[in-house]
Amino acid sequence: MKQRKMNGYLQAGLLLTGLLAALILLGFFWTPYDPSAMSGGEKFLGPSLHHLMGTDKFGRDIFSRVLQGAGTTFTIALCTVAIGAVCGTAIGALTGYFGGLADEVLMRLNDALTAFPSILLALVVISILGPGKKTNVILALGLVFIPSFARVTRTAFAALRDVNYVKSARLMGASSGRILLVHILPNTMQVLLPAITIGFNNAVLAEASMSFLGIGVTPPDASLGYMLSEAQSMFVSAPWYAIGTGLTIVLLVFSVGLIGEGLQRRDKGVA
Amino acid sequence: MLEIRDLHVKFHTRDREAVAGVSLTIGDGEIVGLVGESGSGKSVTAMSVAGLLPRKQCDYSGQILLDGAELLHADRAVLRKIQGKDIGVVFQEPMSCMDPLMKIGRQVEEVLRIHTKLSREERKTLALEALRAVELPDPEGVYEKYPHELSGGMLQRAMIAAAIVARPRLLLLDEPTTALDVTIQAQILDLLKKLNREHGMSMLFISHNLNVVRKLCARVAVMQRGVLVEEGLTENVWSNPRHSYTQRLIAAIPTRNRKEGETHG
Amino acid sequence: MKYAAKRIAMLLVTMVIVSLLAFVAFDLISGDPATAMLGTEATAEKVAALREELGLNRPLLVRYGEWLAGFFTGDLGTSYNYSQPVWELIAPKVLVTLCLSVLSFLLITAVSIPMGLWSVRLDGRSGPLWRVLDGFRTAFNQLCMAVPPFFTGILLTYLFSTVLRWFVHGQFPSLTEDFGGAVRYLFFAAVTLAIPRIAMTVRMLRSTILGEMQRDYVRTAISRGNDRGGVLRGHVLKNSLVPVVTFLAQTMAEIVAGSIVVEQVFAIPGLGRMLVASISNRDYPVVQAIVVILAFWVVLAGTVADIINQRIDPRLRLGGGA
Repeated sequence: MKQRKMNGYLQAGLLLTGLLAALILLGFFWTPYDPSAMSGGEKFLGPSLHHLMGTDKFGRDIFSRVLQGAGTTFTIALCTVAIGAVCGTAIGALTGYFGGLADEVLMRLNDALTAFPSILLALVVISILGPGKKTNVILALGLVFIPSFARVTRTAFAALRDVNYVKSARLMGASSGRILLVHILPNTMQVLLPAITIGFNNAVLAEASMSFLGIGVTPPDASLGYMLSEAQSMFVSAPWYAIGTGLTIVLLVFSVGLIGEGLQRRDKGVA
Repeated sequence: MLEIRDLHVKFHTRDREAVAGVSLTIGDGEIVGLVGESGSGKSVTAMSVAGLLPRKQCDYSGQILLDGAELLHADRAVLRKIQGKDIGVVFQEPMSCMDPLMKIGRQVEEVLRIHTKLSREERKTLALEALRAVELPDPEGVYEKYPHELSGGMLQRAMIAAAIVARPRLLLLDEPTTALDVTIQAQILDLLKKLNREHGMSMLFISHNLNVVRKLCARVAVMQRGVLVEEGLTENVWSNPRHSYTQRLIAAIPTRNRKEGETHG
Repeated sequence: MKYAAKRIAMLLVTMVIVSLLAFVAFDLISGDPATAMLGTEATAEKVAALREELGLNRPLLVRYGEWLAGFFTGDLGTSYNYSQPVWELIAPKVLVTLCLSVLSFLLITAVSIPMGLWSVRLDGRSGPLWRVLDGFRTAFNQLCMAVPPFFTGILLTYLFSTVLRWFVHGQFPSLTEDFGGAVRYLFFAAVTLAIPRIAMTVRMLRSTILGEMQRDYVRTAISRGNDRGGVLRGHVLKNSLVPVVTFLAQTMAEIVAGSIVVEQVFAIPGLGRMLVASISNRDYPVVQAIVVILAFWVVLAGTVADIINQRIDPRLRLGGGA
């Protein structure tokens, strides 16, 4: 029986991520200031109690903008991983369990696709769909993330296909669907959960990169990546803009990364 | 030649001792069998003799003397000088116990590379000699092959060659035939008997199979749950098992095999 | 040799598929290039005439074949935006991105391999002090992986260009005229790209090598009298090599991806920056060409890795395959 032990990384990661998620959730309903409200008299103010991260060239409160942007990034990453994981797992489960020609073909296709860095594929898909719209970004990234989830799942399902309890379930006449969902899927969680955390982080970085380049989420929608590209030009007069925005991304990815690290260590039996 | 005195080994992760006070001697040129089920502590005993105990993961006490030199508590550096040169080890699964990326010849020579200053040609000569001694057909060919290119039986012979190339005083064999086919098993046993005869090499043969041990070993010791329950000349133990456990072990062997002494199927 | 030939054949097949996909995809969405080029002056006759002239009415496969051949003859069509031949436009940028990629790769391997080996050497000590240190090391590793290249890029640009003036942001020296200056400029971009990847490589090296140390043949090696160094050098390192080589090929792919963003941050006139601009401008001939070139670079790295691996591990020489 597997013991669900907690370890330091898991605890720290869950705590940190929980705090950030709560903050971001709050940000959906309330921010200290209106993120787009400009104020001529308050340009380039440093961090203070009134403006936790200072103000930018237009006098906008950076903290509110960061909160809003983080919300966008978080949502997009979540949706991306959801699409990738659900579709990818479905594909991987079916091909891994049933094998056959479809499996062979899809595996070769998968190999060819994973040779490409995800951002390149996403850029290609985006340029086909049209840059700048949030839903397009989610679709593009989600699509691009399906192959890697499919591969991980396929390996897991193929490995468990002929294991004893699955064989006996088959002999007892259980339907394939039942076997896949009830018997095999729970046992692939060990591989799937770390993959999901890694996928989430990759999605955050990909979305931020694309917005940074101006091809992802663009104004009026908020995005941390786009804000960073703005921040670059203002760096000399308002370095806190770039630093605040950048550190937010780092913090988000770091805390989710800790969860992933904790999961991997727990499963390996190392404290 | 080898003396194990009151060996105790307890792993930190377990509740009971793996080895609970085992004492055993092996004389020059003797083949001694150590028999028991899994969990009996026989492998741990063998690993202790070979200096392969994971010292950080267990508590141990007692003494292991090789021609008077104490091994159990010896410094790692001292132990390393003996491993390979004075004690050779043959493990159970030849396929996983050989480096898959190193040619057989180089692996057979490894002990020589570490412990002697022989030249390349000299090492190769000795390696080929060892491969011939274990009755491998085409030793030169095998020398150049990789482990995955050989069958299980041939690979085990190569492992034995690697273990004996430096003429160790003691050869430790941990279930060397368990993973092999029955016919190959018999061949390996004959080979070991020949090596013992021709070179006077002492051997400690670990097995769960009493029948196999009977074919090879002059003396046998039976272990159960970390304790030595019976010991003596093989034929005596066989015909007059004193301990109930030994009796059960013998009784478990199918009658025909027991009577004719064939290798257990 | 047979395996190498097989892998190269696979490389070519993959590239054909990739280029075909790229061509078809952009052909479908690009609308009418003739209209795009003529802009507001387009009357129906002018458009029709231009279409004939450009050969746009010929079947898809013919156009694809011609385009594909163009990679070898140097004729990849004309940019919508710049009205220049595509090849002329992107040739100098290919060199720049190539230099950046190679520089990053060298940095990554030069730093992560010694660090990875060192971290393996440290392993195996017990005690609460080491646990804490190991925790710090892991946390630091995760931190490095969490920092996006465009963020470090901005910080490094500020520090080394604006403050220290070790390079001048926006003034990239020509590779042909001032190689040293160009390399110095690229160095900071390369460092930006390298940091997260170094962290990942060290982590991967450590876990691979430590994993190999658990294998049975290690016990055999110890039984023959090897010390830890002997086990590592003689057996474990070589056995760890195959997954590491594959990982390094993936690193090359990541570098390509990262360069797209990093070139933007550092204002480096490379393929990545051109790609972004072309996508925004819907300059599809350029996008098509760059995508194929970048894909080729990635697939090539993978092929080289596979060929190297089959030389290392003789078991891989049996049967064909990816």
